[in-house]
Amino acid sequence: MDAAAARATVAVPGIPRDDEGPVFREPWEAHAFAMALALHERGLFTWSEWAAALADEIKRAQAAGDPDTGETYYRHWLATLEHLVAQKGVATSDTLHRYRDAWDHAADRTPHGAPIELTPGDFR
Amino acid sequence: MSDHDHDHHHDHDHSELSETELRVRALETILTEKGYVEPAALDAIIQAYETKIGPHNGAQVVAKAWTDPAFKRALLEDATKAVSTLGHVSRVGDHLVAVENTPQRHNVIVCTLCSCYPWEMLGLPPVWYKAAPYRSRAVKDPRGVLADFGVSLPKETEVRVWDSTAETRFLVLPMRPEGTEGWSEQQLAELVTRDSMIGTGFPKTPGAPS
Repeated sequence: MDAAAARATVAVPGIPRDDEGPVFREPWEAHAFAMALALHERGLFTWSEWAAALADEIKRAQAAGDPDTGETYYRHWLATLEHLVAQKGVATSDTLHRYRDAWDHAADRTPHGAPIELTPGDFR
Repeated sequence: MSDHDHDHHHDHDHSELSETELRVRALETILTEKGYVEPAALDAIIQAYETKIGPHNGAQVVAKAWTDPAFKRALLEDATKAVSTLGHVSRVGDHLVAVENTPQRHNVIVCTLCSCYPWEMLGLPPVWYKAAPYRSRAVKDPRGVLADFGVSLPKETEVRVWDSTAETRFLVLPMRPEGTEGWSEQQLAELVTRDSMIGTGFPKTPGAPS
């Protein structure tokens, strides 16, 4: 585990891990983790700010009936990323939706087995 | 939050991304376009954890096939069915096919890039799968690609390339390393690397540093 990731696992409670460091149930979870690490490095937020935002997100989800089994940890992580980038003026929720829909369109038109790539035509 | 992930189905002619994957890709694209993250930097972070992502059921399956001839027969006949009897594998997809390496034939899988990649079996797809050249070169010049990975095979060994489709994913059953007589399934599973189940590597050899 590199130093940046080590600091993150100390500063942010609840990151699923084994003796060596973070572990991920699915590939997208590692992407979400890596994005937070990169944005932190870039100075978009501090880890204490991140931890507070994540705790809020988890509280909200639990109030809405999230079972809190640990399996949903990175879903909250992703929602926190989305909130923070909106709050910091990086991307509005509208923009996030537009890109989400574009990726959906790109997957739809991509034959199975070919790399899925986003093109301007995917934005409608 | 939507729960599309569990509602995952495979279409026959186009790629599938789960709701969560769509959101992750959306965010990644925006952050990249705006210059907040470098794709290479993200890849480097993810690569550092590649052995820590997803369950690695494939190694268990391979080790069992090495020690249990009846299971091996069942695996080669119908891998989906054989793997589902192990209980600890939650979802292996619609149609998993195990292809056996022998002194006569070495198998290599060319993988897809959408969520149909069988990471439940193999862990995270290595970053080099993303490189478009890998796919085309693996089909045209499999020995050249294998040489890049440090895998050299005897001339008389046939190299067979398998391209996964929406309906079929593949798992290479590598040859059991020599010098492992009497080893337990658990010990053997430790030798099974992801690359050996893709065909771009061999299992670890006993006693070699891991």
